[in-house]
Amino acid sequence: MGGFGFYGQGLPGIATEELKGKLIVIEGTDGVGRSTHINLLKLWLENNGHAVLDTGMTRSVLAGEGLKAAKEGHTLGRMTMTLFYATDLADRLENEIIPALRAGFVVLTDRYIFSLMARSIVRGADAEWIRGVYEFALKPDIVIYLRVSIEDLITRVIQHVGFNYWESGMDLHLGEDMYDSFIEYQNRILAEFDRMAGLYGFHVIEATGAIDQVFEKLKATVEPLLKLPHLKTRSV
Amino acid sequence: MLWNERRASLTSTMKMYGKHRFPGKLFIVEGIDGSGKSTQIALLQKWLESEGYVTFFSEWNSSPLVKEVTRRGKRKRALTPMTFSLIHATDFADRTEHHIIPPLKAGALVLADRYIYTAFARDVSRGVDTKWVRGLYQFAVKPTLGFYFRISLDEAMKRILGGRDAIKYYEAGMDLHLSEDIEESFRIFQGRIIEEYEKMVQEFGLVVIDASQSIEEQQVQMRSIVLEALAGTKKTRIRKWVDLGSMVRVSRG
Repeated sequence: MGGFGFYGQGLPGIATEELKGKLIVIEGTDGVGRSTHINLLKLWLENNGHAVLDTGMTRSVLAGEGLKAAKEGHTLGRMTMTLFYATDLADRLENEIIPALRAGFVVLTDRYIFSLMARSIVRGADAEWIRGVYEFALKPDIVIYLRVSIEDLITRVIQHVGFNYWESGMDLHLGEDMYDSFIEYQNRILAEFDRMAGLYGFHVIEATGAIDQVFEKLKATVEPLLKLPHLKTRSV
Repeated sequence: MLWNERRASLTSTMKMYGKHRFPGKLFIVEGIDGSGKSTQIALLQKWLESEGYVTFFSEWNSSPLVKEVTRRGKRKRALTPMTFSLIHATDFADRTEHHIIPPLKAGALVLADRYIYTAFARDVSRGVDTKWVRGLYQFAVKPTLGFYFRISLDEAMKRILGGRDAIKYYEAGMDLHLSEDIEESFRIFQGRIIEEYEKMVQEFGLVVIDASQSIEEQQVQMRSIVLEALAGTKKTRIRKWVDLGSMVRVSRG
């Protein structure tokens, strides 16, 4: 496997050949268990001698707080939200992800451009336009998509976090209440993910089973990636 | 929901540059700092209002949702060419969704001090890809008329240094480390911006106004060009009671 590349023109002034680490993306819809698996993965990787950075949406120093504040109100337009998230990601790439990759870290990111594109497309953004915007993004080493059926998703969401305004697509007025809206919205998101799975070569893991079973599959997917010479020598 | 309806709502609703159809009109001004464009658009607005048109004024960096992030990013000098570009696009998206499209739908004349061409000129001068940044702003409404106030760098420098106390860090392109001296950096950076504007005159059909002329001469030219574009536009402004009140006060005084 070669070094890093961008989806398009990339970020000005970044030399990708200096990047030595691994960028692992965990994608999947809300409630699928991404954060649980990222925590497990981080622990396992660190136990095996890899330095790990974990990051996720709205965690940028520049735009994270502003974006969260904007989402509290009701005036955040669809295009504005899309670009606010893009700013957040660009800031994290330049100030967090790329420096960590340069230092040889394994970077685990909770969602990446795919969730952001799916949300925007479902909200009426032009697919080609949004793909063009994210041409600044670094191509990850692997994208792991934790897939779940809508039926399983509902059970999990009710048991754990409950329905959330944005994750139910309430701004789209798709149903009478949060439940109806959630189903319609998540169905559309899942359809968009399935479309992207082929397009971007996702490694799909069925996330319906017990946590430890899913995690075994996750480890088996990640392991070959780290058996590269330069990381092997780093392992203690 | 029927399947067909559902499918229809799944397809894109985003309108692209040049594809919007609104009853209102959009007039924008562009040019480097010191070109006098803000003075000209303010005078244009006065005239349009006095002629009975409904106008709406929109400024660069005006979104309340985004402004604070931009301000902090600038103050802390935390913006890179890419995040500088994206945060301004975010601000512009909010401005488009709230202050440009709704008044245009309502048939107003929208006036904008700086538009997407400012972003193209600045971002490309910072090393952002020309094609990428044009793609980024595809959601923007194409202006009815875009005026470019052409001025030499020397003339603009004279006006700015005479009037304002300090040149700002990002306006001078200090983030690009072109020179340690802020005035020198400003000169190099704004020179690049002028080059970009000159390329865009043809590309986007900008109307060039010679900004070395007197204010009055420029305004006369602007008004006659705008007048042509206004054929068939409704004058719907209703005089408000506050205006009448101020008239009474003036006549008494």
